[in-house]
Amino acid sequence: MRTKLAQIGRRLLQALPSVIGIIVISFLLTRALPGDPAVYFAGAMADKESIEQVRKALGLDRSWVEQFFIYAGNLAKGDMGMSHNTGRPVAEELLTRLPASLELTLTGLGLAILIAVPLGMLAATRPGSWIDHLCRLLVTAGVSLPTFFTGLFLIYIFYYLLGWAPSPLGRLDILYMPPPHATGFYAIDSLLAGDMETFAATLRQLVLPAVTLCLFALAPIARMTRGAMLGALASDYVRTARANGLTRSKILFTYAFRNAALPVLTTLGMVFSFLLGANVLVEKVFSWPGIGSFAIEALVASDYAAVQGFVLSMALLFVAVNLIIDLVLTLIDPRVGLED
Amino acid sequence: MDAQPILRIDNLSVRFRTRNGTVDALKGVSFSVAKGEVLGVVGESGSGKSVTAFTVTGLLDQAGEACAGTINFDGMELTKANEAELRELRGREFSMIFQNPRAALNPIRPVGKQIEDVLIQHAQATRQDAKAKAISMLEKVKIVEPYLRYWSYPFELSGGMCQRVMIAIALACEPRLLIADEPTTGLDVTTQKATMDLIRDLTREQHLSVVLITHDLGMAAAYCDRIVVMQKGEVVETAAVRDLFTAPKHPYTKKLIAASPGPSSKLDDLTAVLDDNTSHQPSMTRTINSGADTGHLLEVVDLVKEFPRRDVEMTGWAWPVKKREAQVFRAVDGISFVLKRGESLGLVGESGCGKSTTSSILTRLMDPTSGDVIFDGANVTSYSAQQFARLPQRMKIQMVFQDPSDSLNPRFTAQDSIAEPLKRLLKMKGSKQIDIKVEELAEKVGLEKALLSRFPHQLSGGQKARVGIARAIAADPLLLILDEPTSALDVSVQAVVLQLLDRLRCELGMSYIFVSHDLNVVRLLCERVIVMNRGRIVEDGLADEVLSNPKDDYTRQLVSAIPHFEPGKL
Amino acid sequence: MKRFLRHLRYVMSENPVTLAAFSLFLLIVIMALLGPAIAPYDPLATDAAKTLKPPGWQHPFGTDHLGRDVFSRVIVATRLDLGIALSAVFLSFFAGSALGCSAGFWGGWTDRIVGRISDTIMAFPLFVLAMGIVAALGNSVENIIYATALINLPFYARVSRAETYVRRNAGYVNAARLCGATDARILVTQLFPNILPPMMVQISLNMGWAILNAAGLSFIGLGVRPPDAEWGIMVAEGATYIVSGEWWLAMFPGAALMAAVFCFNLLGDGLRDLVDPQRRT
Repeated sequence: MRTKLAQIGRRLLQALPSVIGIIVISFLLTRALPGDPAVYFAGAMADKESIEQVRKALGLDRSWVEQFFIYAGNLAKGDMGMSHNTGRPVAEELLTRLPASLELTLTGLGLAILIAVPLGMLAATRPGSWIDHLCRLLVTAGVSLPTFFTGLFLIYIFYYLLGWAPSPLGRLDILYMPPPHATGFYAIDSLLAGDMETFAATLRQLVLPAVTLCLFALAPIARMTRGAMLGALASDYVRTARANGLTRSKILFTYAFRNAALPVLTTLGMVFSFLLGANVLVEKVFSWPGIGSFAIEALVASDYAAVQGFVLSMALLFVAVNLIIDLVLTLIDPRVGLED
Repeated sequence: MDAQPILRIDNLSVRFRTRNGTVDALKGVSFSVAKGEVLGVVGESGSGKSVTAFTVTGLLDQAGEACAGTINFDGMELTKANEAELRELRGREFSMIFQNPRAALNPIRPVGKQIEDVLIQHAQATRQDAKAKAISMLEKVKIVEPYLRYWSYPFELSGGMCQRVMIAIALACEPRLLIADEPTTGLDVTTQKATMDLIRDLTREQHLSVVLITHDLGMAAAYCDRIVVMQKGEVVETAAVRDLFTAPKHPYTKKLIAASPGPSSKLDDLTAVLDDNTSHQPSMTRTINSGADTGHLLEVVDLVKEFPRRDVEMTGWAWPVKKREAQVFRAVDGISFVLKRGESLGLVGESGCGKSTTSSILTRLMDPTSGDVIFDGANVTSYSAQQFARLPQRMKIQMVFQDPSDSLNPRFTAQDSIAEPLKRLLKMKGSKQIDIKVEELAEKVGLEKALLSRFPHQLSGGQKARVGIARAIAADPLLLILDEPTSALDVSVQAVVLQLLDRLRCELGMSYIFVSHDLNVVRLLCERVIVMNRGRIVEDGLADEVLSNPKDDYTRQLVSAIPHFEPGKL
Repeated sequence: MKRFLRHLRYVMSENPVTLAAFSLFLLIVIMALLGPAIAPYDPLATDAAKTLKPPGWQHPFGTDHLGRDVFSRVIVATRLDLGIALSAVFLSFFAGSALGCSAGFWGGWTDRIVGRISDTIMAFPLFVLAMGIVAALGNSVENIIYATALINLPFYARVSRAETYVRRNAGYVNAARLCGATDARILVTQLFPNILPPMMVQISLNMGWAILNAAGLSFIGLGVRPPDAEWGIMVAEGATYIVSGEWWLAMFPGAALMAAVFCFNLLGDGLRDLVDPQRRT
């Protein structure tokens, strides 16, 4: 147990260089701007006076090293600058929109895991069967789908042609009031408030974008599950288990799947990274009021502080997810921390 | 012995479906195992010995199927049994252990739990007493501190310990037949002996029948009652051990016995019964130390190589991270020896003894931490590796590598591989000239000209070894370092390659340093041997003397661990 | 070579899907090379009289809100999309394999620095990082290429590092050292030819992703500017018409995009079989 705690501590420390790297790159991105950063940060509508004000505030008249520490110091205080598009602090804007994006992304990811893992396992245990071929087709087709295209396609079919889905505009139909704020996740909040009608409405809005993301995330997870299961089933230790007459289910779950789960879990980190990107596109397609939409608006309006804040917070979120995955891996894989 | 055999295989044929049609892996194999008997199944790679074992246990992969014959296990017909019936038998009635034990255990499950799984599966234990029984099994296979080891993962155990755990799993339900498929391949000789002794003791105690599958005739001789010799999917001879070694009937058996080096065999004997097309010129008699007067070719003085130690054991955790003291591990710990011109010296030891590190330093692929290597009058350690590459001495030290498939660039033809040193070291220009020289070298090592245009994967192990040797001698080296050149080869191929090396040494007047774990093989090629253990030289002397009368404890252990047969002593 | 061709034919006949992908690949290349020449209409010519016409004989893919022929625009866009992806992939292939090979071969500090760089890039959600880079460098097609190249760099660095690392002490590498070959020579003549096949697979699989990435960036309004024809931006322009039923504006370029990516992914899988029959998926 002591060694486990030590490993967890070590892993937490290992995240530090990543965080520092992220802050450095994000700092460089702001400073790499061709032209005068102060002009960009002040926004498209700024006059001369406010540009000078921004220059002062950002410390752009000082050395790079100083600028970096000012930047890092501001970050530590949770200050990501002001959004000129909305006139509110970037950090605040991002925080209020984060639950919307997370609700969408996590639902998509959850759906994908629920479908992809059993599918990959089935395919691996029956190589050459129809389910295996289906899995291979889905995997190759899935990674080829542009998410924005899938989203539009689903809208056309389920909203325009069939009329099953509500209009693809936001998290909730305008007929409903958002549930009282507790977690920011409408589905959870409406359940907490006991408002089943709002809950159902939330789900109706959520289904299409979540399915779009799910289709996107399905492929890599199913591919990895299938590959890892195939590898585990062909391994020497599974042969040993068979040679000792263990039952099929014991071999499949205790021996093969637990080993195969490790690379699948590692892949989830990568999938999450892709999902955060795909999320931006899906939010645009479905007019979802999350941070992706916010970032696109900021991009169009050249609102740099907002874009930088968005990139930085997405990266930190991703680091946090990777950290959680690694901690889980540390707990279930005795070998973690001993290689290299 | 009971009259009724526990396992009888009759006329068994197995076929594999591959891309290029079907391949017959077994062609009418028949043999039987009596109760309490230890049967050896011996053959070279591709002889079908493992396929036989997998067919018996029903573990053949899907591409293979038994197309004819019967397998009778104690009155039960196994070829007709379905998967569920076989599952009941596996582990309880017969079980199997494999080579590469560390990979054969579930890497993320404590070994004790893996023993428990089998016990519970076959209702030999309940959830309450399974743990106690598992621990007692660990004790039985002589694992120290079984209570602690119960929670160990395979990666925390040595290869020998993993194999013991495998044995514990296999014997947990007291089966009546144990099939051991090359159980000690890849283990060190001393571990090998301990493992085999354990298997023998436990199986005798439980009055178990054993099928021991091995490529090593010596091991089969030491542990088996009867031996089945297989070649290309067929049984060529079945006989009691004594009969097989004193009066082998089949020519293949004769060839195999002759090619297996024993403590008293001579190099010329190895291929005495080989088909004459690959015969060894016996005219060459060994010239022991004829060049003694010309002095030392190589002098190694107080050689040390240290590597930074990686902590494998986690020793607590302190905050903030303390800079660990620079711990080092001495792979080579102050060794000194000399090599005379024309002499052949064996460097023997188990894995991790520092012999490979030493050979890497001698070839200047690695820099020593301290110490000197004086080669042909020049101190080669005083140059950096880059400088040394430009010296004339560079071409005078060459090397033949261990695994022939890894030592040839897969993208180069045999011709390209042999031509490389000609172009680089001898600076030969003009493809015509190079072609002639390459053909000359190929002829020297007995490689057919037609094979020169082939890529490594189109060559057999023995042919690849020849290409490697041709490449090494291309620049007329004075010293050739042979790093286990035959360990990946079948015995009959090994015999031919050893003879080739011996002949080349006489013809070209080279000196050899032969690095190997196998004293018997080293003895054939070398006048003198150095035995290494934990980075130090523990014994140094004439080969025959060291082997027949070892002085050091470790050498004695090493010598006695080599399984061998001596017709006289059976 | 002959053997390779035979193997190629075997893989093709065994796997008709790969054959189909290969044919599609040829079609895409032809469209990219001859685009403007084979397009029936001028992709930029607007026609106020023929806006939003559904697909028909005259306009197989219909016309858009400005009366431009969608079919011609889809064909002409191939060159731009493929060009962006190819340039980006080659940039990251060369930079990535140079970094990865050195890291795997020399280890030590080189390895640590390269590892740190690629870890830092990988610490970002890659598409998000690309958005940030384009935003910072300026909204242009070249910057889309640089951004796509940069986010793909770690993949190449990792593959080439791993492949070099396992081979750096192979017998044939040591044999070359014994022949006095310098490190650079060993890398180029001995190691690089051997790591090329897995890298080719990576390139093919990566191509699809690079196309998707570039199209995604232009979908949100980065890089390519209207009225230039590009699949991503065409889908974006068509998106507003989906809810009113004019599906062809977005669907055809979207389908073209999907087909191209699908084709590269299939080719990658086929190539993997070709290179390494054991690692079939």
